[in-house]
Amino acid sequence: MSDEQILLAEHIGLRVGDKIILDDCSLSLKKGELKVLIGPSGAGKSTFLQCLNLLQTPDTGSITLEGHPLDMKKPRALCDYRTKVGMIFQDFKLFDHLTAIDNVSIALKKVKGLSEKNARQRAETELDRVNLTDQATLYPAQLSGGQKQRVAFARALAMDPLILLLDEPTSALDPELVGEVLQVIRDLSSRGMTMVMATHQMDFIRQIASEIIFMEHGRILEQGNPETLLGDGIQSRTKQFYTSLASV
Amino acid sequence: MHSLRVVLDAFPAILSGSVVTLGIVFGALFLGLILGFSLALMQVYGKPWQKVIVAVYVWFFRGFPILVLLFLGYGFFVALSLPLEPFLISLVVLGLTSAAYQSQIFRGALQSVKQGQLAAARALGMGDWQGIRCIIIPQALRLSIPGWSNEYSILLKDSAICFVLGTQDIMAKTSFAAARTHEHLALFACAGLLYFILTLLVVHLLQRLEKRLHIPGYTEAGGTENL
Repeated sequence: MSDEQILLAEHIGLRVGDKIILDDCSLSLKKGELKVLIGPSGAGKSTFLQCLNLLQTPDTGSITLEGHPLDMKKPRALCDYRTKVGMIFQDFKLFDHLTAIDNVSIALKKVKGLSEKNARQRAETELDRVNLTDQATLYPAQLSGGQKQRVAFARALAMDPLILLLDEPTSALDPELVGEVLQVIRDLSSRGMTMVMATHQMDFIRQIASEIIFMEHGRILEQGNPETLLGDGIQSRTKQFYTSLASV
Repeated sequence: MHSLRVVLDAFPAILSGSVVTLGIVFGALFLGLILGFSLALMQVYGKPWQKVIVAVYVWFFRGFPILVLLFLGYGFFVALSLPLEPFLISLVVLGLTSAAYQSQIFRGALQSVKQGQLAAARALGMGDWQGIRCIIIPQALRLSIPGWSNEYSILLKDSAICFVLGTQDIMAKTSFAAARTHEHLALFACAGLLYFILTLLVVHLLQRLEKRLHIPGYTEAGGTENL
């Protein structure tokens, strides 16, 4: 992990009508870090991730990527930004009419302008990396949940993002399929991929997270490394939440 | 035997009318497809004022009988000093009417595409229009084939009324022959059969197209089957 800051999101706020969804949420990310968002349902974790990817435009706040402030009003700038900040969704969101390999290659062709041949080669490499070479020609409906999520990883990683945002990537999976997706995340982390992940996989967080960010009611209540928030003898809201999850 | 001879004598003329009928129907379907799809995109993704325009358009063409619309169309062609060609007027009026119905077929199909597909396209750096074009439309078109084949069969039969403008279609040719020979029953049964065959043929072709474009595990409802 280097000290080089990649992403800085400051004072992100979002309201829907009178309801405050996000209130003054900030996050800074250095290269190679894996920051984890945890908190109860409705805490604003997914919305915060969507604001970091600009799939939701925040009402307030600013985002700076590699030292360049982002102009959220420029569609072109948003598209460029999103190619650098990849997103993995809870429900995969694979393109249902395309095979696994076409899911991976379509943005390479349409966004990055790669030729059919080069896009396909790159897609094959990415699918191979998540052990899905044999499933390349299958459609999403023919894949298991874990395989779908691995295709989603291949699709996002093919764009060479600087940062990967993961919105509860294992929540929609059967328990026996969770491991294969966590392994992909573990591999990515060891290769130095910078990530922000919302998850409830607490043991996994403890092992791998650089920092835990605890959210509730749209606010960041606590943040720190796993030892600081979850260590023996520590009294924190994060630990209380961790314990309540562990006792389920 | 006399009826059969009359039908056989009139058949080449009736068959030549079917070329005109198919010309009107396919022309109108194509016009309806281009306009209807644009209307559907405006209705689903457009600004509020665009949605109002679509709603007014759709209600106008759905609310007026086709015969009234044909006469209105004729009136407009007269008022605008356009060539009073019955084939063209029929094609335009049926095309504009079909656009209203097709827009609702495509709107339903666009809205049946699973939520989140456009978000996923945006997350990969695609612009909104690029995402709609590359991801949403290919799925929506597949989902709209069954409704579209229904529209074809309705339009084919609606086209029979165009003979009131003097269009030389199946119906006009049959009417001329019937007026001349007084063999109404046999001749109109023959015309009916021709419409039936034309319906069957194209609907069958569209069903084959639907099968050919079927995505494994993807249902008409836009969801995924349990495999």
